[in-house]
Order: sequence, then structure tokens, then C-alpha cells
Amino acid sequence: MSQPDHKSSTPHLPLDEDGGPVFSAPWEARVFAMTLQAHEAGVFSWSEWADTLGAELAGDGDGSGDTKGYYDHWLNAFEKLLAKKGVVAADQLFHLKEAWDQAARATPHGQPIELDR
Amino acid sequence: MSGHDHDHDHSELSDIELRVRALETLLTEKGYVDPPALDELIETYETKIGPKNGAQVVAKVWTDPDYRSRLLKDATSAIAELGFTGRQGEHMVAVENTPDTHNMVVCTLCSCYPWTVLGLPPVWYKSAPYRSRAVRDPRGVLAEFGITLPAVKEIKVWDSTAEVRYLVIPERPAGTDGWSAERLAELVTRDSMIGTGLAASPQQAKESA
Repeated sequence: MSQPDHKSSTPHLPLDEDGGPVFSAPWEARVFAMTLQAHEAGVFSWSEWADTLGAELAGDGDGSGDTKGYYDHWLNAFEKLLAKKGVVAADQLFHLKEAWDQAARATPHGQPIELDR
Repeated sequence: MSGHDHDHDHSELSDIELRVRALETLLTEKGYVDPPALDELIETYETKIGPKNGAQVVAKVWTDPDYRSRLLKDATSAIAELGFTGRQGEHMVAVENTPDTHNMVVCTLCSCYPWTVLGLPPVWYKSAPYRSRAVRDPRGVLAEFGITLPAVKEIKVWDSTAEVRYLVIPERPAGTDGWSAERLAELVTRDSMIGTGLAASPQQAKESA
């Protein structure tokens, strides 16, 4: 089986404590929850989602363990699958991003940012 | 994260926040997501669904032989008996540790995980080193978690998929005869149900309390 010193030559695991926070930023929670809702609304099957996320993670170089980027991959995968399903178009998202950017800049610091539509 | 803040009189959203807000606006307009329901879902995953659910399942297995048989035969239904049901239509399989066999769970593809009983996966579970090493070198991975198993003990590694998720039933710690299910559940750690840990001994539980 494994050699005792084998582990020192492989990347270490980012160990944590039981009960640590599940999301490191609010946007991670939102994209996670949106994925569940889009699946429940029938936009894609859960296997399609797992395949898309898996492909996205597999493209992550040698997999050296950049776990901070997990939800970045998740967001990429979500955008790709929605585009593939014809649910969102790149130009729509581009314009909405611009609109949100302008809304943020027009909002005094500390106030909730809202989009007028 | 971009944390620069040279201009204090207005707000600023990072590129990633803009992408997420744009998606939410579009999906809401198309009727695929409902913002208040999103908030509720997030709160549920942050506070209500977690390894305590799985610990209840394990403690019931340890104390109720009929439940144990039902769980080993059809884990999805047996877990649903306790009110924990999946949202992705996944099939649950319980794998029981014995004196001869230790079970360990991984998802080499992405991070499929038994959310309904364990909540969202810990950071290391989603990490590339764990996903790649758990199958190749389970003993080395266990050593990093501080677990050394006797060489004669077989280690089985189960690779989760979108359809099948595994729950490890750890061995009941010695010295817990006659304990109630509630008391036993406190010995069941998250890692023991993934197979990267063992259930706490009464002594360990006392020390961490």
C-alpha cells in the first residue's frame, strides 16, 4: 500500500474544524441557492450540473488545491450551463452587469444597492 | 477579493458580485428563481442542515437494530423516516464500518456530498488534493487527519456521484453501553461520517466539552 513518507510529496489538505462556515462570501451562498432553484425549476438535471461542475474543476491545472476558488468554478459552471440551455445570453448578462455597476456607483456607501428596472 | 477602497462616497461591487447579481436579476425575471426563497434556502443550509442530522441517523443505527437493517437495505427511505429528504433526487447508501473494514467517501468528479444529512461539504472535501489522493492513498490521507488504522483493516473508498451519495456509519465507541441515542449522537463527528475520522470516545467527548 502507501509509503509512510508518500504524503509529504503530495499537496496537503486544507483541514478545518467541525462546524466551520459553509460560505466564505455572500455571493457564494447566492450562486449556490440559485443553482438549486434553477435545477428545481427544471432548467437542468442534477447529473448535467455535476458533469458541468466536474469539467470546470478538472480544468483547474494540476489541481494544486486552490480551494478558495471552488465557488469561482461553480459560478463559471453555472453560467456555462445556463448559456448551453439557452436560458441566458452573454449580451444580456453584459448589460445587466453594466447596470448593476452603475447602480452601485450611484449608491452612497453603506446603502443597499438596488437596480431600477 | 478586490478590497480596494479609494473612493468612499459611493459603493462598488467586484466583478464576481456583478456577475452574480446580473444572473439573479435575469433568472428572477425569467421566473426561475425567487429571491425570498433564495434567502430562505441559504439560511436553511447555513444554520439548519448540518452534521447533526447525520449524527441522529448514526445514533439510531447504534441503538435500534430494526432501523439498522432498514437503513442498510434502503438508506434513502430510512433517512427520510427521520425527516431528512434530498432535493436533488439523490439515492443514499449507508456503508458501515466494522472491525475489518473502514469506509471513506470522496467525490473525485466534483464534490457530491450527502447534503441532507451532513450539510454542505467542508473545504478540504472540495479540494483537489483530497479528491485526487483519497482513492490513490487513503492511508496517507487518514494519517493527515491523525488516524492510523491497523494494517489488517481493509479501507474501502466510495466515489460519490450526482445520483449516489454515501454516509459512513462509524463503529460505536467502547464504553457506551446503555447510552441513549441523544447522548450517543454527541460522539458522532462530521468527519466520522465521511470516514476521515472516528466517532469520539466518551473520554474525548468529555475533554472537548
